[in-house]
Amino acid sequence: METKRTIFPSKGLPYLLVAPQLIITLIFFIWPASQAVKSSFERADPFGLSTQFVGLTHYLRLFQDPLYLASIGRTALFAAAVTIIAMGLGLILAAAVNRVVRTSQFYTTLMVWPYAVSPVVAGILWWFLFNSATGLLPFVLKYFGVVWNHNLNANQAMIFVVIAAAWKQISYNFLFFVAGMQSIPASLTEAAAIDGASPFKRFWTIVFPLLSPTTFFLFIVNVNYVMFDTFGIIAATTGGGPNQATNILVYKVYQDGFIGLNLGASSAQSVILMLFVIILTVVQFRFVERRVQY
Amino acid sequence: MVENRPLLSLLTHLVLILGVVIVAFPVYLAIIAMTHDAATLNVSAPLLPGGELFNNVATVWNFDPPGLPPFWLMAWNSTLMALIIMVGKIVISILSAYAIVYFKFPFRMVAFWLIFLTLMLPVEVRIIPTYEVIANLGMLNSYWGLTVPLIASATATFLFRQFFMTVPDELMEAARVDGAGPIKFFRDILLPLSRTNIAALCIILFIYGWVQYLWPLLVTTKEDQFTLMMGVRQMAGVREVEPMWNIIMTAVVLAMLPPVLVVIFMQRLFVKGLVESEK
Repeated sequence: METKRTIFPSKGLPYLLVAPQLIITLIFFIWPASQAVKSSFERADPFGLSTQFVGLTHYLRLFQDPLYLASIGRTALFAAAVTIIAMGLGLILAAAVNRVVRTSQFYTTLMVWPYAVSPVVAGILWWFLFNSATGLLPFVLKYFGVVWNHNLNANQAMIFVVIAAAWKQISYNFLFFVAGMQSIPASLTEAAAIDGASPFKRFWTIVFPLLSPTTFFLFIVNVNYVMFDTFGIIAATTGGGPNQATNILVYKVYQDGFIGLNLGASSAQSVILMLFVIILTVVQFRFVERRVQY
Repeated sequence: MVENRPLLSLLTHLVLILGVVIVAFPVYLAIIAMTHDAATLNVSAPLLPGGELFNNVATVWNFDPPGLPPFWLMAWNSTLMALIIMVGKIVISILSAYAIVYFKFPFRMVAFWLIFLTLMLPVEVRIIPTYEVIANLGMLNSYWGLTVPLIASATATFLFRQFFMTVPDELMEAARVDGAGPIKFFRDILLPLSRTNIAALCIILFIYGWVQYLWPLLVTTKEDQFTLMMGVRQMAGVREVEPMWNIIMTAVVLAMLPPVLVVIFMQRLFVKGLVESEK
């Protein structure tokens, strides 16, 4: 990794400068993470006085647990649905904003603010819209013969959390797609227009392929968001219910560990999630390194 | 725009208007709900504003149900937490980025990778051991416990490192020729140059701190330390029958207002901070 051409000669100062960051990282990140790894291989006696090495028991048990396996499948479905909806809408809106000239700032302002809405608040906002007693959407759905009750119906609960989670992420994807489109030279699309390519053709054959770095980056970020940041939405609304229907992995870690106090199993789940984030991050950074290839 | 296609322009505007409607609709209804009384909201979902806005806001502001601190105290806690996290993250990451870019020292790469690792360990995957650390340090139910574990930031460090790499080397050489030491150079040249970056990052980090939910939920058990996010979650008590929607929605709108206003009024800085800090 590079530094400046010339550097300051100093022995103690640089250590002093990185010390606060490193101390916090060691105490609150590295140490707890290593503890999670350690306790995922151990079983504590009921009084927490002694621990016993049990090898891979927690992991083996986890992967035989139908509840955990179901939660993996559910998380994958949830992640796929939210990512596709949020990225699709973000892309369409970005393409539209990129076409208008005078009003783009105006539309952007109206579109970006949900980034600042917390997952908990997003969950409650949609809960109000969907609540079966007085919510507006169940009222409308009744005309179409749909009885909406996400407190009882598992599929409806899943649809509900997907909508709330995707809604919050649209603005983020929108902003990055707009930034990506603005960095594509206008001469390319102009040349294609002179050659007679229609706007849709120009989008699919020029803009969209050139956006692929942005798209890939957003894909990683969105998966990360769905896996971890949606905790607030689930916690504020369904609480993983009804009957486990929305109990995604990150909520299950919390539920098993903090509410169920099953430390070994919860640590094993934490370690699996950590491995997942590590793979995501490594993929992202390997890609970023050789990004511009045109 | 390359050519003039009125029909397509019309379609474009329709798509955008639809997008704005989708994005704004839940919040619109929440704001409408803010202006009605509980009785109206328990029988129907009005689409037009009523006249109870000031009553509801006044009620919520002084709202002090059992099990929850008064609303204004939670707002204060949230503000304080977001500000401490924001300032803390910026200070420690600008310092470590300075050390990594402008000095060569043994274990420099180790430091860099340790900071990088924090990217891979979100609070959600290490909740119990982190909680134990806080408990052992006696930091439960304190502003320190609430903020310090969230302060380490790889993204802010990377952003400052990126920015420092674009600062011309000649500036630093000239400063050294003139006899400025590392601290003077940092304070008088680098810090003023980083002003815009710091401001942009402030917005992103303030929002980050404001929306935290899981961590405050774990480390605070005393009412007077609760944050807004925990408060609205408890008020909503969403799985119960017949909630007081006017109170809940007023609280929700008030709780989301500060960061949303920051984004709307400082949009340019916000977009800069977001797009640059996550690259």
